[in-house]
Amino acid sequence: MNFKLKDIGPQLMTVIAVVLVFGFFTYNAQVNMESRGIDFGYGFLSQESSFDVQFSLIEYDGSHSYFRAYLVGLLNTILVSVIGIIFATILGVIVGIARLSPNYLINKFAAFYVEFFRNIPLLLQIFFWYFAALRALPLPQDADAIFGIAFLTIKGLYVPAFIWQNFNIFFYSIVAAIIAIIVIRIQAKKLQETQGKQTPVLLISIGLILILPLISFLIGGVRLSFEVPVLKQLATTSFIYEGGVSLPPELIALALSLSLYTATFIAECVRAGIQGVGKGQKEAAASIGLTQNQVLKLVVMPQALRIIIPPTTNQYLNLTKNSSLAAAIAYPDLVLVFAGTALMQTGKAIEIVSITMFTYLSLSISISILMNWYNKKIAITEK
Amino acid sequence: MTKINFLKPDKSNLNTFLYLGSFLFFFSVLDVSLNSFFSLNLTGFLPGFLSFLLPLILGFVGLYFIRIELSGIKQLDLLNKHINTNNFNAILSLLIIFIILKSIPPILSWFFVDASFAGDSKDVCTGSGACWTYIKVWMRRFMYGMYPNGEQWRINLSFIALALLGSVGYFATDRFKKYLTLYYVVIYPFIAFLFIFFFISGGPVFFDFSYGIIAAILSIIIGFFIPSKFKFYYFLIVPLALYILLKYFIFYEELIELGKLDGLNWVETGAWGGLSLTFIISFFCLIFCFPIGMAFALGRRSGFPLIRYISIGFIEFWRGVPLITVLFMSAVMFPMFLPADFFIDKLVRCIIAISLFEAAYVAEVIRGGLQALPRGQYEAAKSLGMGYWRMHIFVILPQALKLVIPGIANTFLALVKDTPLIFVVGLLEIVGMLNLAKTNPEWLGFAMEGYVFAAIIFWIICYAMSKYSYNLEQKYKTDR
Repeated sequence: MNFKLKDIGPQLMTVIAVVLVFGFFTYNAQVNMESRGIDFGYGFLSQESSFDVQFSLIEYDGSHSYFRAYLVGLLNTILVSVIGIIFATILGVIVGIARLSPNYLINKFAAFYVEFFRNIPLLLQIFFWYFAALRALPLPQDADAIFGIAFLTIKGLYVPAFIWQNFNIFFYSIVAAIIAIIVIRIQAKKLQETQGKQTPVLLISIGLILILPLISFLIGGVRLSFEVPVLKQLATTSFIYEGGVSLPPELIALALSLSLYTATFIAECVRAGIQGVGKGQKEAAASIGLTQNQVLKLVVMPQALRIIIPPTTNQYLNLTKNSSLAAAIAYPDLVLVFAGTALMQTGKAIEIVSITMFTYLSLSISISILMNWYNKKIAITEK
Repeated sequence: MTKINFLKPDKSNLNTFLYLGSFLFFFSVLDVSLNSFFSLNLTGFLPGFLSFLLPLILGFVGLYFIRIELSGIKQLDLLNKHINTNNFNAILSLLIIFIILKSIPPILSWFFVDASFAGDSKDVCTGSGACWTYIKVWMRRFMYGMYPNGEQWRINLSFIALALLGSVGYFATDRFKKYLTLYYVVIYPFIAFLFIFFFISGGPVFFDFSYGIIAAILSIIIGFFIPSKFKFYYFLIVPLALYILLKYFIFYEELIELGKLDGLNWVETGAWGGLSLTFIISFFCLIFCFPIGMAFALGRRSGFPLIRYISIGFIEFWRGVPLITVLFMSAVMFPMFLPADFFIDKLVRCIIAISLFEAAYVAEVIRGGLQALPRGQYEAAKSLGMGYWRMHIFVILPQALKLVIPGIANTFLALVKDTPLIFVVGLLEIVGMLNLAKTNPEWLGFAMEGYVFAAIIFWIICYAMSKYSYNLEQKYKTDR
């Protein structure tokens, strides 16, 4: 047996140290909980929560269980993260490209944006938007309509709601369109590889995704109408909008600051990615007669994306984790609803904080697995 | 007279196009600036929509006219190259110029012209501009939190002393240069800790502070006579041993009574706050997270599978959770894990939590540097007969750390920007103090000024740090 003390020693010491630390903590936790009369267990999740949440995507009130409160918080976190990720990506890509512009003014403008928003703490930005900027918005009765249908007021943004009839038919038509596009893409690729024929895939795709839902409107009996928010007087000075969808100012402030802040980092990733593609690549592509757009689409972007995606994934993860700052402005996200209110009510510190951490951990890991898969898919396969 | 082709400006009609184009361009800029600075509308006689768009159209046509390639005029060529390469760029440039012109007057008037600076009550703030009086009145709170006014010189003195001690590196002669790392890694944090703990915190333990100083000075003096072979171990052990020796064995009760300084009141950490707390927390987290992160980075690259898995678990756990839940944990969960009679101050708990959190990020950054080193470096060091520690301390880490200066600087910047989160445990640094001041009934409605003020401070700190890291990067750049 090849037993070496030199190899085993350090490992054994580390493991013993870790076990000792954990054992110390668990022992103390047991003693403390016994002396305070707290029992450990996750049974409270099915108990009635008896607190209300201001903004929730699913039906929820005080009579529902703590588990449902947890779901409400989780969905709100996911909602604000998804909104933030979408806007941060759009803005980040635009700014990142603008930083590479030969136009001096655009270049400096983008650089100013990045340097400005990157160097101010996110929490301060959230506070600024929520307590200072959004508080300067008009009251509901004074608000001007945006395009006649939406209202941006101090109490939030009111937008029209979609009212669908036979929504499932519309949904199936979109699914059918997407499947058709995938099939056509595969066929087109095969055609190009075998016969060298080019098919206008983009045009066909756009046509399909427009025409199939349109057909569902014409013959499938799908109807779409809008419910425009209407001003309603509650008391002499108190007004509110009814109908439509209302987005609370907390959500707006949070999504705005998250996307403005994260966009600066994404912009830097995009810039680094595009700069990382060698000049020779572009020149080589141009020399074999590709047009400017083809160079960008077929040569520069596929290579740039490989550099851009890993750090951008990190930024998405950061955004998701940063969305927990919502607790500071009372947006009912996971931390506020579950680790705040529910913790205060039940006093189950260990259980609730561990569930919250575990949730964020699994959110992070799932995003990174998804992105790693994508990254692997587009990675250069070396022979 | 030659015929002028208006659709195609070229060199043959250079002067005509130049005069016409620059006239149109300057007219459009003039129109917008008159509009925004003096609210004069030159084109007011036109119907609304057209009057709004006219500067853009005129400017666009003007820029189109002066877009003449190789005109021979240096300034014009530069202008064309930088802001006027094609129609799309011309429109974007015009839009940016107009946005800047339009936004200067309101910003200037809010910041300076209509702002109120004088006085010390809310009554002077009647204008439409910012109320800097509010900042002036609350300045002490924003800087020192709830720290008693009469005692604030202690914070100032400590910070100045620490800044001076910190700048020692710039004045060190070559003879002392080799001790600098030791000084900054062991002695300086130790002195800083003594300053913060016994001087800013104050109180009956003040004499301990002088023990610390005596121990440090004594050990440095003796240090010169120690052979350099043992110097590292000497400075690792002796200062602390001297301190303990002085405290528990040599100076006894009666001496403590003699040396005790009255007058330094104990200020509990709950009263600390403002920008000084931001500095204190950033400073200590920065000092602690670096060695911890380095240890875990080495652990993750270690050949021992158990150590590697423990390091991976540690790093991925802290990187996967948001800081706010970590602080929650330190506030509500951590006391449950400690013996009942064992109390840790919440500031210390905060510093531990943030340090562990940032250490995971530092570990990943350093690991990047370690991975970027070519294997030849490891092999060369091993072939010289170096062991694991010698190899890492003298060959691998100096190179790896040089590579990751930007990454580490980014992590430290993130750390500074994360400090406001300590509001979770009830500590109020500058942003927390702003929120407190905002709700004061006598000073309602000045949230904007406060946030702008804090944003400027943070911006200056972070921007300076990032520029400094850039300089460091340039300084230590070595070509391979």
